Amino acid sequence: MEKQWYTISAYSENHVGLLNRISGIFLKRHINIESLNVSKSEIEGVSKFTIVVFTTEDWTRKIVGQIEKQVEVIKAYYHTDDETIYQESALFKIASHLLFDERQIQNIIKESHSQIVTVNREFFALAKTGRRHEIDEMHEALEPYGILQFVRSGRIAVTKATMPISEMLQEFQEN
Amino acid sequence: METLKAQKKDSTTQKTIRITGAEAIIHCLLAEGVDLIYGYPGGAIMPVYDELYKFQDRLTHILTRHEQGATHAAQGYARVTGRVGVAMATSGPGATNLVTGLADAQIDSTPMVCITGQVTRSLLGSDAFQETDIVGISTPVTKWNYQITRVEEIPEIMAKAFYIAKSGRPGPVLVDITKNAQFDELDFVYEKCTKVRSYKPVPKPEAGSLEKAAELINSAKKPFIVFGQGVILGEAEAELKAFVEKTGIPAAWTILGLSAMDTDHPLNVGMVGMHGNYGPNLLTNECDVLIAIGMRFDDRVTGNLDTYAKQAKVIHFEIDPAEVDKNVKVDVAVLGNSKETLRDILPLVDKKEHNAWKAEFDKMYQIEYDALINKDIHPTKDGLTMGEVIEQINLASDHKAVIVSDVGQHQMIACRYAKFKQSKSNITSGGLGTMGFGLPAAIGAKMGAMDREVVAIIGDGGYQMTIQELGVIFQHNVPVKIVVLNNDHLGMVRQWQELFFDRRYASTVMTNPDFVKIAEGYHIQARRVTERGDLQEAVQEMMASKNPYFLEVKVEKEDNVFPMIPSGASVSDIRLK
Repeated sequence: MEKQWYTISAYSENHVGLLNRISGIFLKRHINIESLNVSKSEIEGVSKFTIVVFTTEDWTRKIVGQIEKQVEVIKAYYHTDDETIYQESALFKIASHLLFDERQIQNIIKESHSQIVTVNREFFALAKTGRRHEIDEMHEALEPYGILQFVRSGRIAVTKATMPISEMLQEFQEN
Repeated sequence: METLKAQKKDSTTQKTIRITGAEAIIHCLLAEGVDLIYGYPGGAIMPVYDELYKFQDRLTHILTRHEQGATHAAQGYARVTGRVGVAMATSGPGATNLVTGLADAQIDSTPMVCITGQVTRSLLGSDAFQETDIVGISTPVTKWNYQITRVEEIPEIMAKAFYIAKSGRPGPVLVDITKNAQFDELDFVYEKCTKVRSYKPVPKPEAGSLEKAAELINSAKKPFIVFGQGVILGEAEAELKAFVEKTGIPAAWTILGLSAMDTDHPLNVGMVGMHGNYGPNLLTNECDVLIAIGMRFDDRVTGNLDTYAKQAKVIHFEIDPAEVDKNVKVDVAVLGNSKETLRDILPLVDKKEHNAWKAEFDKMYQIEYDALINKDIHPTKDGLTMGEVIEQINLASDHKAVIVSDVGQHQMIACRYAKFKQSKSNITSGGLGTMGFGLPAAIGAKMGAMDREVVAIIGDGGYQMTIQELGVIFQHNVPVKIVVLNNDHLGMVRQWQELFFDRRYASTVMTNPDFVKIAEGYHIQARRVTERGDLQEAVQEMMASKNPYFLEVKVEKEDNVFPMIPSGASVSDIRLK
């Protein structure tokens, strides 16, 4: 079966140790977590794990089954890139003198639609939100001039289809 | 007894009492109906042990000689009773010694709650004496675990622990309790847990799945059932029997499914898997509909998946949705507790007989009987066989004993030849294959079924892994019957070395001590049999004894277990020699 990118979304209770349980599921199967983000979700008190993997659908389905089996996980889904709206964020720290010495830098900032978060005498910080390849392109463009620090966040994603978690929780409560 | 009941009732009422965390733990256990726990004390769990001392008229604590023994005893108790087994240990090494039992209970779906002491909250993370991250360590081998650091958490977490361990697909739960939470006081009130918001223990069958399954079953020409422990855990033995008898379908079992159906039932065709019976393995690849009930297609059952039942439509009755399509792609999954799903499908299936198809199993059995079974259980060659020992136990026990086995050749022989009339009677370490399981599990099994004979069948290797638990048998006069089948080898590994490693017997030859003297050192009646002529009488003497009894049988050193599906081969490649 063909490998591709999958975004796994898992809604869970906010429980210490659940991250350890979930990461263990990947560890045991030698499947690399390409990116991981944990945040609050649209439902109060419910956390959302967004995990990106590059593997086959068969493995993804099995992993989602194992995640969903965990006591504190309410529901887990997986989606292809086509089925989601997704973004990543990145920060670039660059020496301030380059802003004046290298005219091209200003063009990169403009063309990439990135924002200058802060500037001081020593450095300035650029924030970029977008698809992985857009951030990669920006990184490539800036690299020849020297990047002091770089960091990229995990993917965050919402699905085009509905995720009826609230209804599911309601049902759990009633049964 | 009356007062005991009245007191027990007290601990489940809604009245609030001001007590310490340690005492609260005892009340939680009593409220869950626990009257027996296995464990080993130590610094971080001492407040709880102090309470155990005060409550010893209502809660029996058995001091095993190693924490691993406590887990296996709790497992043996759980497997024979269907209740939650409880083991307790201190922090650090006490806790890490539970890991093997937790892993065993996890893979074999055994309901167990383990309670560990932990260093006081302020010392967490300081590498304190006997501090270890047991929650981190036990995560991959528990269904759920939790560290209690505040006394107020105790009732809710304990209730949750028991609920999670027992509900749905059962499994082990570990609760780690810091010492401050044991010492501190709380206003105690206990409420049993009946649901956890995010947890759905028993899924409902998908609409139409029962009908689809029934349609496949009704139109099948060569249907075949393989059932596993799910039938026992779901207490669906009567439903399975009714289903098998109405449909007339030959039914085979996995090692953990053994005893769910009378071994002498005409439609019980034996064991599947690596050392299972010839017919059920070969005919797996001949059937047109394979009906898997409460089993998980372990690799020891399926052999090479690429050549496993490819011709068949597969129906999977299963409580754990993560098991569906995990190893074998199925055509119809029937989710739920097999007790309910088998009950619900019964009116949808036709009453049938599959005599010609069943005759194929009988023919295969005859081939296996002539080639192997007869020689195993009625040998004429010199040297005792493991099979004839099991046969003698069958005869002496009238198929009514609980058989506990360890891991290795003797285990396969015991499961192949032991006969059962009653469910929950075959206790063995299936998924994890834990050597050393047998002796402590037999203690737990006996204490869970005092009215039944419990016979532990153990090899000379596994016996020495937990031999110290003879101390429990002696101290508490637990009348288990221990049979060590001694071939002076790690027999199963030696068999593989013979077959697949050109007889290079690397570290499989054992120079053994005098097992009879060791048993006698624990004041356990003991006997050794070296001649066939003495076997029957010795087994009868053992079974007639009201006390613990140790029987060593010196068996042939280099016998092999057959049939065998070599590791990674197809079920069709099963070898009779």
